[in-house]
Amino acid sequence: MNIHEYQGKEILSSYGVEIQRGLTAETADEAVSAAKKLSETTGTSWWVVKAQIHAGGRGKGGGVKLAKSLDDVKRIAGEILGMTLVTKQTGPEGKLVRKILITEDVYYPGESEPEEFYMSVLLNRETGRNVIIYSPEGGMDIEDVAENSPEKIFKEEVDPRVGLQGFQTRRIAFNLGLSGLAFKNMTKFVASLYAAYLGSDAAMFEINPVLKCSDNRVIAVDAKVNIEDNGLYRQKEYAAMRDLNEEEPEEVEASNAGLSFVKLDGNVGCMVNGAGLAMATMDIIKLSGGNPANFLDVGGTADAERVEKAFRLILKDPNVKAILVNIFGGIVRCDRVAQGIVDAYKNMGDIDVPIIVRLQGTNAVEAKKIIDESGLKVVSAILLQEAADRVKEVLA
Amino acid sequence: MSVLVNKQSKIIVQGFTGGEGTFHAGQMIEYGTNVVGGVTPGKGGQQHLDRPVFNTVEDAVNETGADVSIIFVPPAFAADAIMEAANGGIKVIVCITEGIPVADMVGVKEYLKAYDCRLIGPNCPGVITPGGAKVGIMPGFVFKAGKVGIVSKSGTLTYEAADQVVKAGYGISTAIGIGGDPIIGTSTKDAVELLMNDPETEAIVMIGEIGGNYEAKAAEYIKSTGNKKPVVGFIAGQTAPKGKRMGHAGAIIGGADDTAEAKMRIMRACGIYVSESPASIGLTLSKVLKGEMV
Repeated sequence: MNIHEYQGKEILSSYGVEIQRGLTAETADEAVSAAKKLSETTGTSWWVVKAQIHAGGRGKGGGVKLAKSLDDVKRIAGEILGMTLVTKQTGPEGKLVRKILITEDVYYPGESEPEEFYMSVLLNRETGRNVIIYSPEGGMDIEDVAENSPEKIFKEEVDPRVGLQGFQTRRIAFNLGLSGLAFKNMTKFVASLYAAYLGSDAAMFEINPVLKCSDNRVIAVDAKVNIEDNGLYRQKEYAAMRDLNEEEPEEVEASNAGLSFVKLDGNVGCMVNGAGLAMATMDIIKLSGGNPANFLDVGGTADAERVEKAFRLILKDPNVKAILVNIFGGIVRCDRVAQGIVDAYKNMGDIDVPIIVRLQGTNAVEAKKIIDESGLKVVSAILLQEAADRVKEVLA
Repeated sequence: MSVLVNKQSKIIVQGFTGGEGTFHAGQMIEYGTNVVGGVTPGKGGQQHLDRPVFNTVEDAVNETGADVSIIFVPPAFAADAIMEAANGGIKVIVCITEGIPVADMVGVKEYLKAYDCRLIGPNCPGVITPGGAKVGIMPGFVFKAGKVGIVSKSGTLTYEAADQVVKAGYGISTAIGIGGDPIIGTSTKDAVELLMNDPETEAIVMIGEIGGNYEAKAAEYIKSTGNKKPVVGFIAGQTAPKGKRMGHAGAIIGGADDTAEAKMRIMRACGIYVSESPASIGLTLSKVLKGEMV
């Protein structure tokens, strides 16, 4: 589950990580009073206005701007709020900005030059251990750094038996070229960041940039945080941070109905049991000359209610020209699923796109009979190749 | 003619008396699997499905000599159950549970290193040696006995592959569903290695999906054996968009090397016969075994 920058910073702060302080606003007037309040508490004389959406690349898309006066704050807040922000992670349709974060300016001049670093914590799937990835090249796309100067990316893996050790936080601070107070602050920053990652059951914390300020404070200027879905049951406080506005409405509806659904932009819908088979079904749609309109895993209990819900979700998309149902019955009995399809079809009245149903496994023959005798405009198949051929015919 | 489980395996079920455990243990017994008992803390001494229930895995092992365990406990308690199985002396632990927090599995993975045991899963359909033992939730009738080993991350796609193998006129030695989570006990390479060293397995079908580098590692291993046995491969998710989780927690395309295209390219370069379509896994296998593909 992704959360917003301001929420990620709240978590960090609660674990003792120093952050670039800020207040959220939903109107330009709120933004101005937030800016005033920030000046009182932090002494900042400039502010940064940051769009709060679940996507990276906000700066380049025009969603992060510096304000040097309260008039600037008001004007910029007015521009960003309500805009459809397009970044390389949002896709061409962009995302509507409903909330902004007004923050203190942390690039103030002082005894030394500010320096930006990159740091993230995530799972190394290969070793099954958590790893801290960091680089002296902060503030830019880490993928670009990895490609252009891989020698500037460092990794520190954590042994789960003993946790993150002091020598490791020191190595990180040394590798980032720090000394004195900044060195000390960085070791504390890394230890607290790792504690936040573990404590929140996170899948990822990415801080880009980590800033060493001119007065040697070390702070998180941004926070991209993903809480691991399987851990949410024991992270109630963070589970409440879910922002449904940031998710596809169909996907939210699907998850409420116990379906796993991802909207895609093709012309053939599909409904499948099991994630691997669902991906394979999308592939076969492509090989048959179509494009998948969705990923949909109905899970282990494909009863009439779920089947109907799934059909309704798929049919919301006007681009759908055909639907391929692919069920491999194991514990799920195909005849029950077939009956579910027939019932759903009748409940929904006329479905004007052709439906190809492929039921294999437990009671597949009985299922085919139910479909064939239903009198509905449903084409049935038993082999996956037959189903693919039917898709091809329908699209031709 | 199998790996991991066979007719002689003595199997216990953790979470035996729960809904899932009861249903699937019943199916396993009906299949002819040698289920010797189960574990449900606090219900020790009772009988369930005509088998003894024990409070702990240790008790179950001491009383029955069990060497295999299948786990059906809820996600919040599953990590604990896996470690109890290892600590209790179980050699093959099959964890079906879906939804275990990754943070818990980080600890489990480390814990298991001290034990001489193998974990399959979690979030997997289990392991089946047709005619010998079904230690999982797969429909047994799809799997006919034979000499083709199957390794797969996914449940229903494993059944699909098995069905195609059987319809092509072959049978299955052992099918291993390794699971779709980011941390699993047995990798694709580990499972392929087991089958490669099994004298009764003559060919291998390897089903992967987007995300991670398991298939690439397995492919390199297969090449390192001098392609001792023919391997047919398929990767699901050729059409999956980047950065989106496709049902399985592990199925997210991250870097350039974990797309379906990249994996298939690596597999081909390592001498694996890649089926582009999920519908032609059986056909590809048949052509390979008849010597029609070079």
